[in-house]
Amino acid sequence: MTDNTNTNSFQKQKNKEEMKKQLITFALMIGFTIVAFSIVATNAMDKMFAVPLLLILALIQVGFQFYYFMHMKDRGHEFPAMMIYGGVFAALLTIAALVAIVWW
Amino acid sequence: MSHDHSLNPETMPQEPEKATLEGKNKFLGLWFFLGGETVLFASLFGTYLALRNSTAGGPSGQDIFGLELVFLMTMLLLTSSLTSVYAMYHMKNNDFKKMHLWLGITAFLGIGFLACEIYEFYHYITDFGFTFRSSAFGSAFYTLVGFHGGHVVFGLSWLIALMVRNAKRGLNLYNAPKYYTFSLYWHFIDVVWVFIFTVVYLMGKVG
Repeated sequence: MTDNTNTNSFQKQKNKEEMKKQLITFALMIGFTIVAFSIVATNAMDKMFAVPLLLILALIQVGFQFYYFMHMKDRGHEFPAMMIYGGVFAALLTIAALVAIVWW
Repeated sequence: MSHDHSLNPETMPQEPEKATLEGKNKFLGLWFFLGGETVLFASLFGTYLALRNSTAGGPSGQDIFGLELVFLMTMLLLTSSLTSVYAMYHMKNNDFKKMHLWLGITAFLGIGFLACEIYEFYHYITDFGFTFRSSAFGSAFYTLVGFHGGHVVFGLSWLIALMVRNAKRGLNLYNAPKYYTFSLYWHFIDVVWVFIFTVVYLMGKVG
């Protein structure tokens, strides 16, 4: 953290470019949301295709949220990534177990 | 404490939220907390998935869910996620007033989301007689969605407390981590909502 004093114009420009990326991310997330809702609203697809597709759209959107909005793509986010992936691992086990109990 | 860290645009570090040890610890601590929250919400989602067809003769998700309201709620929360990104952008440029303005918009959108959710529950209870005690599906639904709503209430209280407490302090290295950790928490609420609108409402409507 020695080289990071001064909000100079270079840094301001960098922040601006970063913000542009965030806006693109937001537009994509809105797009994915609209696609997901219209799949269901128009009954365009069979349940067998619709459900996995909805889940994939949700995963992509959450990825954007974590990596761009929450900055997990930036340097110095190894610990956050470890925490979230650890949480996701436990989450998948939990959901798999609870769903399996009922399905059995 | 806050006085020895006061900032002006010339002394502003690039990442004010992580410029002090305290800030770094808050940053790590909040991510640790979010990892735990992931597991907590997973158990609620797992319970919901297991019980969503146990309607005990009462209304099912397909009968009661309305996509229009859920779409509106999704847009409100997603936009509030973007406005808090804007707030953090202005924090990094050391523009305290604009940061507070965008946080205010975030709070406003959050309140809009909450109002929709309260209306939604009211509508289910009065028009369909669908309550927490109607069926296992009812209990699982209100626990999962209500718990998320509770997180929104907590997030809003956090945000308003932050804004009121720091209104006259301006931005400094002591409170920058506080704003930043709030924004992470708020994004996480949106992450959970993405799965709620997908798993509960959209998959519920598909059947």
